Amino acid sequence: MSTSIHVTLAEVAATLVLVAVAVAVSFWRKADLEADIGIAVVRSAIQLTAIGYVIEFIFDQDSLWFVFGLIAIMVVFGAFTAQRRARQVPNAFWPLLLALAIAGVTTLGLVVALGIFKAQPRYLVPVGGMVIGNAMTAAAVTLNRLGDDMTRHAREVEATLALGATSTQAAAPIVRRSLRSGMIALVDSTKTTGLIFFPGTMVGMLLAGASPTDAVRLQLILLWTLLGSVALAGLIAVTLAYRNFFTPAHQLREQPEP
Amino acid sequence: MLFGLDRVTMVRDGKVVLQDVSASIPRGANCVAGPSGSGKSTLLRLLNRLADPASGMVRYDGTDVRERDPLELRREVCLVPQLPALLEGTVEDNIRFAADLAGREPDVPRLLDLAGLDASFAGRTSSKLSVGEQQRAMLARSLALEPRVLLLDEPTSALDAGARGAVEATLLHLRERVDVSTILVTHDLAQARRMADWVVRLDEGRVVGEGHVREQLAVSG
Repeated sequence: MSTSIHVTLAEVAATLVLVAVAVAVSFWRKADLEADIGIAVVRSAIQLTAIGYVIEFIFDQDSLWFVFGLIAIMVVFGAFTAQRRARQVPNAFWPLLLALAIAGVTTLGLVVALGIFKAQPRYLVPVGGMVIGNAMTAAAVTLNRLGDDMTRHAREVEATLALGATSTQAAAPIVRRSLRSGMIALVDSTKTTGLIFFPGTMVGMLLAGASPTDAVRLQLILLWTLLGSVALAGLIAVTLAYRNFFTPAHQLREQPEP
Repeated sequence: MLFGLDRVTMVRDGKVVLQDVSASIPRGANCVAGPSGSGKSTLLRLLNRLADPASGMVRYDGTDVRERDPLELRREVCLVPQLPALLEGTVEDNIRFAADLAGREPDVPRLLDLAGLDASFAGRTSSKLSVGEQQRAMLARSLALEPRVLLLDEPTSALDAGARGAVEATLLHLRERVDVSTILVTHDLAQARRMADWVVRLDEGRVVGEGHVREQLAVSG
């Protein structure tokens, strides 16, 4: 896996032709996404370039403390970002922060303990980024569904509480559906990987000149690792967040108007 | 007295829904009557602690409800909501869910019979029942807890006249067969006369009358 390729700025710039296609489609069909596409392109260029320098710096330092620092920043920003998708969940930030932190640390700890990756920045930074990114998406989708369902099905939840059920029992069907929502996208894409699409890591390795066998094996490792981290993040986020809808006396809290 | 409310004030969404309400509710067949928005349903929810008042005290059997375990209180003082809200699954699944909460083995055919449904409803999917049938299934589910008090929040408001009469007959018959007190919320004074012996009348969040139905809701002329 030591093969490396050199990508010129001209090659990067050439792909803007495909961005122009996206803008043209949006303009032609009045999707009103031209400005968003522009922002997305500029942000992706700035953010990835910046993170490229950060990663290079961390690789040069070769210290795990810098890795932990980078993961911690990703966790905090991830929790803030996911919170925006979970506006209907009261105080969603803390459940999300804990979910991403525990999912990230547990997953990275396990892959190192199992000898899958070495405890070196070169491995932990990219894997950590993938783990936190996917965990963030799963936790955000999970809490988005939780907020929607708790609002839409408040009547059923209160009817269950009225029978003397605990808040855990009353919320159980919604918690189950929310967790399923958070995990289903990755489960489905794992099912269809290799058939309908080639995942990013595998494509990257093939482009970099790795053997298809190595590319496939690394892709499987990452996909299966992500399944675990996504499940952990969704579970922790929803387990902590659903309680915020209830008082200690198992009453539904009055929710502020959205 | 079964319930006592002592200067209870309740606020929802920043609005005062009950203002300084004091009232007594005895054992037997009772109702809370008043126009829409008078705070009837809110008062009902205070009786089994689905909500707590901003100030004042609610007593059940002479004890502040906040001193009781809320889950045990709700199994003893069970609320049947205004609109059907059954869990996914069959009617029997719903009845068994409630019975499990109370640690009881339910006699499903008898519970269905008490609620005015025949035994064939046990296997029916709850979401495929009519509103009236769901309302009865909710009653059967509540009865599985063997409650001392049933809180009935406008149980006939979503029903047509025929179904309303049938549910009223079921509820009247129920009290002859089961030792349970009922507190019915209604905006229909004629229904209050038919269904209750004691009434608490509310208007704009305040008590405007309390006592025997024949005195409070006497038909003039």
